This record gives sequence, structure tokens and C-alpha cells, in this order.
Amino acid sequence: MLEKFRDRELSLAVAEKIKRCMPERKVKFCHVCGTHEWTITHYGLRSLLPKNLEVIAGPGCPVCIVPSSEIDAAIELALEGVVITTFGDVINVPGSELSLRQARSMGGDVREVYSVRDAVEMAKKEPDKEFVFFAIGFETTAPSTAIEVLRSEAKNLRFLISHRLIPPAMELLLGLGELEIDGFIAPGHVSSIIGLKPYKIFPEAYRMPTVIAGFEPLDVLFSIYMLLRQVRNGEAKLENEYTRSVTWDGNVKAQKLISRVFDVVSGRWRGLGVIPKSTLSLKKEYEHLDARKFYKIKIGKSRDIYPGCCCHLIMVGKLKPTDCPLFMEDCTPQTPKGPCMVSIEGTCGIWARHGVRLYR
Amino acid sequence: MFVMCLAVPAEVKEVRGHIARVDFGGGLIGEVDVTLVEAKVGDYVLVHAGYAIQVLDKEEALETLKLWKELLEAEQEL
Repeated sequence: MLEKFRDRELSLAVAEKIKRCMPERKVKFCHVCGTHEWTITHYGLRSLLPKNLEVIAGPGCPVCIVPSSEIDAAIELALEGVVITTFGDVINVPGSELSLRQARSMGGDVREVYSVRDAVEMAKKEPDKEFVFFAIGFETTAPSTAIEVLRSEAKNLRFLISHRLIPPAMELLLGLGELEIDGFIAPGHVSSIIGLKPYKIFPEAYRMPTVIAGFEPLDVLFSIYMLLRQVRNGEAKLENEYTRSVTWDGNVKAQKLISRVFDVVSGRWRGLGVIPKSTLSLKKEYEHLDARKFYKIKIGKSRDIYPGCCCHLIMVGKLKPTDCPLFMEDCTPQTPKGPCMVSIEGTCGIWARHGVRLYR
Repeated sequence: MFVMCLAVPAEVKEVRGHIARVDFGGGLIGEVDVTLVEAKVGDYVLVHAGYAIQVLDKEEALETLKLWKELLEAEQEL
């Protein structure tokens, strides 16, 4: 069935529709998901779009937006002898001075896991060691952390929670104003959890056309077409392209788990500053599992952006990777200067790995 | 050991409590936690970091494909 969502003929037909529907003025749509950027770049979808239609990438890379102060905290714990477990890409992201990988080369026990479950199993097998799971990710990952907090199977495992929420970041983008976005391509996986409801605000309060999109090339092309139809008709609606996974209510069980375990607080996003009500924090009743409380972590001065790095501008779609003077010069996937180049969900990393070197 | 941070669809082959054996296609079989969903054998689930986060609706998938075709054909005539 998957091949049908990648059908070449149908894709070209949709691209033709898009061309015909296109107004003469410039139109700009913004997605907020690393996987959307991957689909768009991998399948070369931008080459199918009219020249005056731009699709930009917003802050949708969960690894990129972890503030360096939190990476610094994990590094400090690793160097004090605590085993740090986290998702692969996080290990390579530079903090203020070091990355977790560098901390590992200095003797820290830093382990990549595919799932929070792996961290639980490791901690159970090695009861003499103290473990911390550095929990990053958006609404897609938060429910699994919540499950393991509630199960609390390993007494020697604590959680450094760094989960962030997508809709507040989308609101921040609109607040910037200068981006002049004409529509949102909303992330299908986050939406599978939170449902359509939280996006209501975008058409209603901001008159912003919003379409929830899946991740196959036809999903993305069709969502662009749906947005364009709204633009042409002067409408602002919330539409769902990804009906096979996203419903109005979303995954209610997952939402209940999130609200049972976490409070929603304000929090810093790397390069974007503090966003109100955008961050999850363990509730008081689970504070014995909270690495911040247990290890009395103090957040000191930190450095989010390296000199010359444009990550903070690329993450809000103000610049493209190819606009950054460091891109593929000093900053490559092998020698990343900023988080956007490290992660396979970061815009720079995706463009670099697909050989995008020139882009209008 | 396989690395997949992004959500991917997989077919449920067997369910034991909150763990399911799933087929990611391409010969890749794995175990995922299905606490968050009501998954039966034969269902397609969306797997993210070892946990199924949603059951994919096969009917809706077919409906989407049908609608796309219809839409393109219908508007062709306009």
C-alpha cells in the first residue's frame, strides 16, 4: 500500500494542480517537523513546486531545540559517574563547551538507546550504578516517558525531562510576524497524539490555513495543494490530510498519561528563547524520579549558538542552510558546529546528507 | 539493534500483554510496547521510539487514495 502514497504519476498530477492553483504573488508555507523536511528533500518535492511557492522548515527538530544548558547538565552528571542514556543524535549535539560524546571520551558512561525501555532494562541489569534517562522529544515521545515514570521498574533510574510541545512553538513563529507565512503544514505524528483540536487556534485566532499532513511524498504534496486552495479561496480552515492516523481527539490515552505525569511550564528552546507553556516538567508526586531535584542540578551560564552558526535563524525559517557561511565549509555532518547539522532531523543535516548545495 | 527515531508503520504479528511482535517490512521484525493503543494482530501501528503511538486506519488509507484520484479527475474537467 505504501508505494501508492509514493506514486510518481499521481505526484506529477498533483504538482500540475498546484501550478494551476498558484496565484501570481509569492506564497510561503511552513512545516514544523524534521520528518517533513526529510520527505521534501529526499523526494525532491521543492523541484516540483512553482518558483514563487516556498516551503520553509520551522523548529521541528526535537534534538536541535534542546537548550545547551540541559546538555551541559547531562554532561556534568556523566562526568560525575552517572550513566546517561538518551537517543542517538543527542549524543553528538554540542553543549556550551562539550558534547555527550566528548564526555564519553573523557570517561563518562554515555549510552545511546532506541527507546526509554532500553534505559529501564539497562538500569535493571546494573543495579549498582545510577542511571539517568535524558528524555528529549515532542508530544510523540513524551507518552513513552510517562509510561516508564509510572511503571518505575528500576529504582536506580531517574529522568532528566526535556520534552517540548509543538503548538506553542508554532504560535511563536506567528508572533515573529516578519516570516509572512501563508499556511502551516502541521506534523502528522505529533498530531496522532494530540489530535486536531489544539490547532483550532491557528485558523480561528490567526486566520492561518492549517493542514495536518502525513509523511509520504503524496501526503506532503496534497497538503500543499489543500493549503493553496484555501489561499486561493481566501479561507482559513483546519484540514486533515493524514486521516489514516490523525483524529479530532487524537490518542486520548496518551494525552491522559502526559497530563498525569507532567505539568506544562515555560521553557527555553535552543536559539529561540523562552516559550510560554511549551515544556513538560515532572509533577511533584514524581519528584523522587526527577534527576534535576535528585542531583540538585543548577543551570548556569550556557552558550546556545556558536560564533558564525545560523542555526537559530534556520530553525525559524528565516534562513536556509545554504545561506549560512559555515554550511559545508566549517560545518559538515562530520564536524557539526550547530545542532541543525548534527541531527538527521535537522534542516542542515538533511540538506547536507542529500547533497543540496545550491538553492534559490 | 536498529536505529529508528522517526515514526514508522509496522504490522502487528503477535500481542502478549503490552508487548507486540511487529513486522516493519524488509525482513525487519521487532518488539514494541503497545500500551498506548488497542492493537490486534493484522493491524498496522505507527511506531515511535519503541512504542506504538497510533493504530493506522486501513479503511481511511484506502479512502484517502480514492479521494485523491477522484479529486484530480473531477477538477481536471473544470
